[in-house]
Formats: sequence, C-alpha cells, structure tokens
Amino acid sequence: MTTPLVEARGLTKSFGSFEAVRGIDVEVHPGEAFGFLGANGAGKSSTMRMVSCTSPRTGGELRVLGMDPDRDGPRIRARIGVVPQLDNLDTELTVRQNLEVYGRYFGLSRAHVRAKAVELLEFAQLAERADDEVEPLSGGMKRRLTIARSLVNDPDLLLLDEPTTGLDPQARHLLWDRLFRLKQSGVTLIITTHYMDEAEQLCDRLVVMDGGRIVAEGSPGELIRRYSTREVLELRFPPGEQDPEPVRDLAERVEVLPDRLLLYTADGDAALAAAHARGVRPVSSLVRRSTLEDVFLRLTGRTLVD
Amino acid sequence: MTRVVERPAGAGLLLRVVPPGLYAGRARVLVERAYLVNRRAWLSLVSGFFEPVFFLLSLGYGFGQLVSAVDGVPYPAYVAPALLAASAMNGAIFDATYNLFFKIKYARLYEAVLATPMGPVDIAVGEACWALLRGGLYSAGFLAVMLGFGLVWSPWAVLVLPACLLVALAFAAVGMAATTFMRSWQDFDLVQLLVLPLFLFSTTFYPLSVYPAWLRAVVQWTPLYHAIELTRALTTGHVGWGLLGHVGYFAVMAALGVAVAARRLGRLLTA
Repeated sequence: MTTPLVEARGLTKSFGSFEAVRGIDVEVHPGEAFGFLGANGAGKSSTMRMVSCTSPRTGGELRVLGMDPDRDGPRIRARIGVVPQLDNLDTELTVRQNLEVYGRYFGLSRAHVRAKAVELLEFAQLAERADDEVEPLSGGMKRRLTIARSLVNDPDLLLLDEPTTGLDPQARHLLWDRLFRLKQSGVTLIITTHYMDEAEQLCDRLVVMDGGRIVAEGSPGELIRRYSTREVLELRFPPGEQDPEPVRDLAERVEVLPDRLLLYTADGDAALAAAHARGVRPVSSLVRRSTLEDVFLRLTGRTLVD
Repeated sequence: MTRVVERPAGAGLLLRVVPPGLYAGRARVLVERAYLVNRRAWLSLVSGFFEPVFFLLSLGYGFGQLVSAVDGVPYPAYVAPALLAASAMNGAIFDATYNLFFKIKYARLYEAVLATPMGPVDIAVGEACWALLRGGLYSAGFLAVMLGFGLVWSPWAVLVLPACLLVALAFAAVGMAATTFMRSWQDFDLVQLLVLPLFLFSTTFYPLSVYPAWLRAVVQWTPLYHAIELTRALTTGHVGWGLLGHVGYFAVMAALGVAVAARRLGRLLTA
C-alpha cells in the first residue's frame, strides 16, 4: 500500500467566527488526479491553501508528503507546485525571468533554472514570447505561464486552484492537454473547479464540497451512478406551462425548472415514448446522459450561494 | 523519500536564531530580482542621484553666499554631509514604503514568493538589503561629487559610506515595519509628514544651537539627527568615541525594524 501524498482528518479552517472548512477527511494517492468540486465559497481554496502550506490550519490533522505543514512548511513547499486562483506573476520581469527567478526561490542554481526555463517555455507554448513583458499576454498565456512556473522545481504534487476559470474554449482545451500530459508523466494533481466538464476530463477521483463540508466522494462515473440516473430526458415547454403530474411516475425523479421538466431515468427514449403516449406535447425534447453537473446540482441545490 | 532543503553555507547567524519556517537563508534571491527589475528601469534609478546634488548647488552654494561658515566649517562643507545622510534616508524610505506597499497590495508578488520554501524573513531581509544597496549607490555618487567640490576634509571620510549603509538599513527596516500597518495610499501622507520635518530640522541646514533647549532635546532623539552627526563628523574630521553611540542607535533601530517587519509580513501574508 502506498502512503498518501495528502492525508487530512477532521481538517478545519476558521477566519474569525466564519468557518470556511468544517472538518473534512481527504486522502490523495501518488499518481492520482484528485478534484475538489464546489460552488464559490464552498471551502475549496481555503483547503488548497492549507495543503500548500501557505495558510495554517485551525484544527484537525494534516499531513502533506508525509510531513506536518506546521513544522515542515518549507520542506513541503520545496516539493510542490502551486497554481493560485488569480495569477500572481511578477509583472516587473519578463516571461523568461519569471521562470528563472522563481526557480531561484527554490535554491536552484542559475545554470539549472536557465535550462529549465527553456524547457518550460516550450511546454507552455510561450517560447516566442520568452523575452516579452508579462502584462500584454492574453489570459490563457498568463495561465500557461503560471502553470509552467509551478513546475520549475519538478514538483511531486501540483495544486491547481480553478486552473481554467475565465478562459476561452481553445485556451481551456490547450491547458487540459498540458495537465493531462503532466498526469501521464506521473505528477499527482489536485484541482479545484466549479466546471463539471473539467472535473470529468481531468479527475480520477473527486469530492463535492458544500458549505465547508464534503458531501460526496468517488470517481466521476461512481458519483453519476450513485446520485443520478444513467440518462436524463429534458422536456421543454413555454414558460409556465410545464406540469410534472402526468409524467411523475415515468422517472425516478422529476425536477421542475422554469421552462422545462427534467426526468431522471435509466432509459430516456422509453420515457419520452411513454410521455407522448400520455398526450404530453413539449415544444422540444432531448435525451442525454447524466453528467457530473446533474450530480452537483442534486447535492448542492440550485439556489445561488453567494 | 525526504529531500533536504539545501541551505547556503554562508547564510549565517540568522539561520540559527530564526525558526526554519520563517527563513530559508535565500534573501539574496530577492536582491537578484530587484537587480533584474532595475536593470530595465535604470532611468528611475539614476534620477535619485540628482536630488541631493541640486540641494547642494542651490542651498550649499546659493545660500552659502549669505552664510559664510557654521562652527568654523564653510557652509557647503557643512550642508553636504547632511544631504548625504538625508539622501540615504529618503532612498531607503521610498523603497521600503511605497515600493513595498505596491508589491504587497497590487502585485501580490510576495504571495507567490511564500508559496516556495522562502519565508517572510527572506523577504524582509532581501528587500532591506536591496534598499541598502541602492542607498549605497546614491551615497557613493554624492560622495564623489563632494570630493570633486573639495568638500571632504578628512581621511575618516572613507567610513562615511558604511555609515550611510547602516543608516539606510535602519530606515529601510523601520519603513518596512511601518508599511505592514498601512491600509491605503492615504496612510502614506503620514510618511511624508514625518520625513519632511526630519529632513528640514535635523541640523541639516543649521546647527542645533539655534533651537531652544526643549526643542534641542527633541531633535536629539530623532534618527536623522544621529545620521547627520555621524556623516558630518567623518567628512569634517571631528571624530571621537561618541560616534559609536550613533552607530549603536542605528544598529538597534535596524534590528527592531527587521524583527517587526518579518513578524508582521508573516501574519499579513499567511492568514
């Protein structure tokens, strides 16, 4: 059995009287891509900051790479890479210098960081902008540079806090590709996100957080099986005309939205046929597979949290 | 599988007295960074050299036409060492307050630094050292100007450069500590409110004897007064054991400043 890279028991974090993290148990194993899924304010970032040893825990146990962050913070930080939610690149330095100077903070030699910067610029597809300023780079480029920077010390564990928030689809896919390559090369990833497609793409295992607690845990497939049905039938109606009563018994669960009904069922086509047979006439209909989004909304509700 | 964080052999005493979580012994990397930044913005670096030169020309020589000598010292030679000390103070304060505040509040530079093995003491020491180095450059430049104008009278003046470095370090350290308490740019008006009277009234342009006794006592407690006493004694050759008192004053000021700044930075950045 391998020792977990991250092990938390009853981990809590409070800011004054506000409890951001209310006792979570988590284990992340070597080589895994692990996700924290949750709405804004669910406690994901606070958890990440405790794991990255930049914020002391309030209570509970936490071991990262087998060490205690309170005692061995610098030794742990020497072996992890951190991609914060907001880019904090050094805007007074060039793209290349950002990588080189950051490597120097880890105590790496000048010759080493010079070679490493060339390699990382290639990896992040930024070689052509190497000697440019940071500020005029696009959002996607800055994000790639931040990720490249986090790899300068060849970390065993990479922490990514909402890596693709605010990026366009092309930039997101390029980033996913880079992260997937890292995973293939054996780097353990911890990712927070509120994008369900991102979690499904990248994570082997994930936890859903809500109000500072973990409300579900498993692989994306397991979570879908456990908390949703195989398929979802969406029936669209003019707003106000949707009536769940005639179809209530055709699905395990029926959800009423302002302009449609969602029928959670193992066989969407059969449910659609049955609904038609009962004279239900939606404007349009759609049968799709259940996604993590269905799981997430089931677990954390549809109301806006912040 | 433990990999030991390497610590440079020469990082010294601090490593033994500061808890490892606060100090990685790599403060010099921040000096490297500052060098890279300023290599590109050299014009703003050079501009700081001219300020005391302008003061020397306008007040030392212009005003000097009216005031021939103070305590037996020709007026330009009386004012020049004071300007030297004041520019060491100004440079250090500017770096340690405005520049530091910008990096904490807007650039979020230190947040990135603290995600590495670097600790808040590395930041405090590194930034103070840079402020010191820059102050040292200005002092050296101005000292060369003084030499050119024949305003250096004593071989003791070789010690004026290290003296200026100590003065700059002390002001930088206290400036940094103060900056960690600032909430917005408005608070910097307070810095101006302190620095300007220090510059004008610390026997920069006239001797202590013009003040009434009570004001003399106040001025004798302020830091720039001690700095000017030190530089003026060294360039005019009025050297005595009493100068060590001024050195002690700045050593204590620097130590207190670094201690408070590191502690506050740590708390500010790792909530």
